Amino acid sequence: MAGNTETDMLKIKNLHASVEGKEILKGINLEVNPGEVHAIMGPNGSGKSTLASVIAGNEDFEVTDGTIELEGEELNELAPEERAHQGVFLSFQYPVEIPGVTVTNFMKTAINETRKARGLEEMPANEMLKKIREKSELLEIDRKFLSRSLNEGFSGGEKKRNEIFQMAMMEPKLAILDETDSGLDIDALKVVANGVNRLKTPQNATIVITHYQRLLDYIVPDHVHVLLNGKIVKSGGKELALELEEKGYDWIKQEAAV
Amino acid sequence: MDLKDKLVSSFMAFENTVDVNHPVHEVRSEAIKNFETLGFPSKKMESWKYTSLKSILKPQLSVFPKKETSLDYKDVKQYFIHEIESYKIVFVDGVYSSHLSETSHEGLDVCLMSAALSKPKYRLLIENYFNKIAVKDGLTSLNTAFSKEGAFINIPRGVVVEKPIQILHFTTGVESSLLTQPRNLVVVGENAHVQIIERHQSLTDNPTFTNCVTEIFANKRGIVDYYKIQNDRDEASLIDNTYISQQRNSHVSVHTFSLGGKLTRNNLQFFQKGEYLDSTLKGVTITDKKQHVDHSTLVHHAQPNCESHQDYKGIYADKSTGVFNGQIIVEKEAQKTNGFQQSNNILLDDTATINAKPQLEIFADDVRCSHGCTIGQLDDEALLYLRSRGIPKKEATALLMFGFANNVLESVKIPQLKQRITKLIASKLGVNLGFDL
Repeated sequence: MAGNTETDMLKIKNLHASVEGKEILKGINLEVNPGEVHAIMGPNGSGKSTLASVIAGNEDFEVTDGTIELEGEELNELAPEERAHQGVFLSFQYPVEIPGVTVTNFMKTAINETRKARGLEEMPANEMLKKIREKSELLEIDRKFLSRSLNEGFSGGEKKRNEIFQMAMMEPKLAILDETDSGLDIDALKVVANGVNRLKTPQNATIVITHYQRLLDYIVPDHVHVLLNGKIVKSGGKELALELEEKGYDWIKQEAAV
Repeated sequence: MDLKDKLVSSFMAFENTVDVNHPVHEVRSEAIKNFETLGFPSKKMESWKYTSLKSILKPQLSVFPKKETSLDYKDVKQYFIHEIESYKIVFVDGVYSSHLSETSHEGLDVCLMSAALSKPKYRLLIENYFNKIAVKDGLTSLNTAFSKEGAFINIPRGVVVEKPIQILHFTTGVESSLLTQPRNLVVVGENAHVQIIERHQSLTDNPTFTNCVTEIFANKRGIVDYYKIQNDRDEASLIDNTYISQQRNSHVSVHTFSLGGKLTRNNLQFFQKGEYLDSTLKGVTITDKKQHVDHSTLVHHAQPNCESHQDYKGIYADKSTGVFNGQIIVEKEAQKTNGFQQSNNILLDDTATINAKPQLEIFADDVRCSHGCTIGQLDDEALLYLRSRGIPKKEATALLMFGFANNVLESVKIPQLKQRITKLIASKLGVNLGFDL
């Protein structure tokens, strides 16, 4: 098995992916260590969401070359649910509305199916309730909300908070937040960011995908990468995000073209 | 001799088994003549366009059980909602099984059609209600001609029945070619309230055929909640004819859960005969293999200010076929009618079929009638969303189906029944979901 299993949480090598024959990712290389927060920024259409979808196992995208490894294990051939069992979590840019399935039943099923896959017993009902209560408090989610149909009629902010609530419940090794800040007002943004920060441990890692710097004021990244036309063209520290905020993406485009 | 001729000639032998001097016998004699004229329905008829009985109308079918079979409760316990206290009226191959039943005459009648037909004290009830709303088509006439046994439920004025009543019809298959024709009558008095659960269950892999007729009368302010569990074996076929007559301010609901069986045809017809009443028709249908389930409903709005609510959810896999034929008639007098009809269908395979036909005939000008019919596939995006939370494809698919059917499930008013139906659906879908709806 390739990869440095001692330190790497996620290792992406020369990743190419296409949808309907059109190549979107054109050779991505990325390494994320436990305890780190990485931000991936870039203009619209640069492939940010595709990268998130491909890591999570969306079968609409075809990986044509390269590998994705989590803790030294290759994910390429795994189904989305198997990647979740391995500890990958994707906070969706557009969470799907599921009528007739309550948030609570959904979470119970997700947690117990994941435990089953890991060879664990189902979580006892009282423990489940306790956990749901704790995590919903962390995200300032009203109890009534939990008995509503998943995402149905939720506001944009409620949907995103619910995504982070699910992340808190699932306790992933690697969380990918795809445009979690879009559609959030400043108060909701703070709640979401606070939730993400509180869930941070030295053992897990987070990838924040965003168009704007705003979210990074609250979730401070260790590394910032700029994605352009399917490739990471520049990487740096958190100051790179501020530079992008100030100067836009054009200078990177010029730099990349040289 | 074809089946129709055989049945007509069986009628004379049948007459030896019943009291021919009872006024009902005239009704039977009329009915056999009617059946002789009409015969079985064919696909040439508009209302049977999508359902063919050809494969189940076998000439060897007989209306007489050759011998009586008895069953042990432990062998059939699983078919009862045994978690609750209830009255039980149980038949085995069309014959009443006293040791499996729990009937009553204390303050209400939960008993047998044969008793109602033989005892003088019920004669007036029978004259007033028997065959009064059953439509005189071929199949119902056939049932009427041979009507002898079934459930008889009479709830007097003001009685709120605390325990649900379960009606179970078992077919054992010792008699592999038996045509059973239960005949149920339910009379609910003013302000009375009753809950009924009905199930037809074959215990054999031999083909069975049931042609059932149920008449329900809800008097003023009466409340009837009727639940039908159709989860029969692969070779069992059922024609279930249910006719309901409602008086002013009454509330009647019928839920039909169609999960098993070879061919199932539900003829469910509501006749509204007073003002300010409502009728509810709901169903969940989940089929696979070569199953065929047909819901043909009629709501006849004949009085002003009434409502009807129809909500049917269907999920069809493999080579199975579904039919939803929903007829709403609003007579000229029935102003301020509020009629709602919804039929949502999911086809899981290219080989599955649904024929959906809303049929609204409105003669009044001040009414609200809406109908919606959808046919689609499972939402791939939703499936991916659930899977990316660690829920495997099969379970995720099942969860989406539960969500889809949830509107109907959540209106089941008996919690243990709801739980049972949830389990039956989960087992049909081959999953074990760790929650109760």
